[in-house]
Amino acid sequence: MNITTLLFILLSVMAVGSAVMMITSKSPVHSVLWLIVVFFAISGHYILLNAQFLAIVNIIVYAGAIMVLFLFVVMLMNLNAETEPVKNYRLQLVGVLSGGALLLIIITALNKMDVEMPIELKTGDTGLIKVLGLNLFKNYVLPFEISSVLFLSAMIGAVVIGKKD
Amino acid sequence: MDIKAYIILSMVLFTIGVVGVLVRRNAIIIFMCVELMLNAVNLLLVAFSKMHALEAAAQASPNLASDAQIFVFFIMVVAAAEVSVGLAIIVMMYRNVHTVDVNFLNRLKN
Repeated sequence: MNITTLLFILLSVMAVGSAVMMITSKSPVHSVLWLIVVFFAISGHYILLNAQFLAIVNIIVYAGAIMVLFLFVVMLMNLNAETEPVKNYRLQLVGVLSGGALLLIIITALNKMDVEMPIELKTGDTGLIKVLGLNLFKNYVLPFEISSVLFLSAMIGAVVIGKKD
Repeated sequence: MDIKAYIILSMVLFTIGVVGVLVRRNAIIIFMCVELMLNAVNLLLVAFSKMHALEAAAQASPNLASDAQIFVFFIMVVAAAEVSVGLAIIVMMYRNVHTVDVNFLNRLKN
């Protein structure tokens, strides 16, 4: 087993374990912190795939901005393990069973696929900022500009919704 | 590394997100599980882009493989806008009903 496979397994276990801890932990603050660990593990996967730009953007945007926003709202509402809604164990069992059925179906369908598609890790220049930037500003200028309008409308929407009337 | 390993990892993360949406009743946790599902799809898109990298290099068109990573970039953009509006809605809901339990949101039902 070489070092790349070892890193892949380590990051995968970290991501899946933290995701399970996120949905099982009682306190919402702990859930937010576990989700940040998941995002760091996914950023590690991006670095392993040599998608350097997306790894940095994932840390800055998701782990930095979005999760801090979540943490801010959780702490603003003073949510903790005591204010957590009471659980209905039968509904939880049904939820876990449906999710397991979904996973089972997808894995079974995947096993029918007999093509071997290798991914080359740690090499390649598709994820570098130069290639992505050239592609973004040559072929995707219009969506890029439209996304600025989306951000403006989201900002106005958040202010209008959050305003005390 | 085979593409199957990445598909299985993304599917496991996506399923954990689905189970979280079904099981939890706290609106903020449900929202976080949606973010987890988006990230699972992002990871799979990046893996697929690397899968096509060799093919794209053979055709001498580097844009072919980096399109998927541009999509991931736009998914992150939309997710950031979505989170700002969604958290504003949750804060407004908390101000009106003083809870984040989604089972109390049944006023539109009748």
